[in-house]
Amino acid sequence: MSGSQVLTSVSSSRERELAGFAALGARRLFLLGGIALILTGMIFGDIFAVFTLHQNAARVGANLAAAAHAALAGNRQAVLSNFQNVGSFLENRGTKVDTHVHMIDFGYLALMLAILQPWVAFGESVKKKLAWAFLAGAWLLPVGVYLIHYVGLAHSPMKSIGWASIAADFGGLLVLIVTFVCLLGLWMHFRGKLASPPDMLLTDRSTEGRMLFAGGIALVFLGFLHGAYYAATDLYRHEAQDYSLLAQMSAGAAAGAGAVVDEALASYGQLQGAKAVNIAAHAHSIEFGLLAIMLAFFQPYVRLRASWKRRWAGVLLVGSLLLPVCVLLEMRFGLVAGGLADFAGLLIIFALLAMWIGILRYAGELDASVRPTSGSEAQR
Amino acid sequence: MSRSRRLLIVGGIALAVWGMSYGLWYAVFAEHQALDSIGGSLAGSFAAAADRNPAGMETSLEQYREAKYVYDRQVDVHGHWIGLAMLLIVLGIGFDRVNFSERFKVLLALGLLTGAVIFPLGVLLQTISHGPLPRAIAIAGSAFVIAALLGAATGVLACDS
Repeated sequence: MSGSQVLTSVSSSRERELAGFAALGARRLFLLGGIALILTGMIFGDIFAVFTLHQNAARVGANLAAAAHAALAGNRQAVLSNFQNVGSFLENRGTKVDTHVHMIDFGYLALMLAILQPWVAFGESVKKKLAWAFLAGAWLLPVGVYLIHYVGLAHSPMKSIGWASIAADFGGLLVLIVTFVCLLGLWMHFRGKLASPPDMLLTDRSTEGRMLFAGGIALVFLGFLHGAYYAATDLYRHEAQDYSLLAQMSAGAAAGAGAVVDEALASYGQLQGAKAVNIAAHAHSIEFGLLAIMLAFFQPYVRLRASWKRRWAGVLLVGSLLLPVCVLLEMRFGLVAGGLADFAGLLIIFALLAMWIGILRYAGELDASVRPTSGSEAQR
Repeated sequence: MSRSRRLLIVGGIALAVWGMSYGLWYAVFAEHQALDSIGGSLAGSFAAAADRNPAGMETSLEQYREAKYVYDRQVDVHGHWIGLAMLLIVLGIGFDRVNFSERFKVLLALGLLTGAVIFPLGVLLQTISHGPLPRAIAIAGSAFVIAALLGAATGVLACDS
């Protein structure tokens, strides 16, 4: 290939890339914002798991035990008061889990909308506004949900809904509206039978892209297999145990048998742990699989050396497999498996961060190179 | 756009809208009542134990069991419909990477879509009937999803090799 052919090939490829991934365009906003949401959600999840989750679970367990012992002592008021405390701790835990889950899920939704942007039949400026509105809502909802426990009903104009809830609901509404408008744009595109624009994301067959796509499907497959195995072997047994242990607790308390109550409480704690690790392993395997599949599409925009792109794809897949496996092993190996699961989470965070930086670098370089070459050089 | 991709993407979007609508209905009209019933009946059983009232204890625990059984399944159904819808859309976007004939890919897409619809439906039906039919529907649905995913993974690996 001659020098001019190379230059023409490079500039036409740049033009194609620009059409799908303009600097600070809607796709870039959705993509960078989406990965940032996932990263923040994961880091928040890690911090929450280390500093809040276990302490909160211990408090819930302690109040349940106190309720059982109050029943043992025949103190009805103390039973109800301890159950109120359990409700309060569960509400606190619920808002933290919701913050973590919504950030990550909105991140996934943003990545999906980024992939679909070329088919959304609106002008770039409208799509950019939609992307900003989506990101504003996607940040507002989890932050609002996090604050619900702390803000409560302070200065609220309503009787039962506080300012934090109002902010969270407004954020959710923004996300809903943008998603609906994007769906409308897709419908307009397909209804108008418009030609599909060329999109490098979907035609790329790089090694790292194939690794992530195949690895992602394998992770989703394993997650489903584990879910089916859990449903077939443990789910109904766990449900029956949940009921029988609570019955044992209350019957032991009514009969004044403290040892029976304590034994049931210990087994109940173990049961909740077993249920939690199985559900977490199933959900995380599928979620990380989906993430890997979606990231496979964006590999052409990760501006890193090919060898590093493959390494980060590998790191992401290793972390995505290791995390659910170690979570599953937590019941048997305790803190060692828990520590390894945290390490796997860090691997995923580092790999995501590297890809995010790669995408940022790529866009910046493109912007710089476009200005002087967009006119005469592209024609040449 | 090929038929298999269209099937996955359009089916996925429809399922996502359905799953979200179901979740919205559930959150507005059923979830708070279910949570109140779970918490209230559990506290009631312990309070009955404190009163040394075995009959009240048993009734409350039975209410707790039924409310928890239904709640767990309704939340699962909502989560699985939306999660599977997302999987359908994402796989649909990249379905060109599956290196099989279009006819076989349509079969895979049909299997995935069918499984994604009937697996949560079977779980939902368990809240109405505790008989074997809803379980059989849920098992069949999950088998469809697992088999179709295995097929898709094989197709991608075939492409890679």
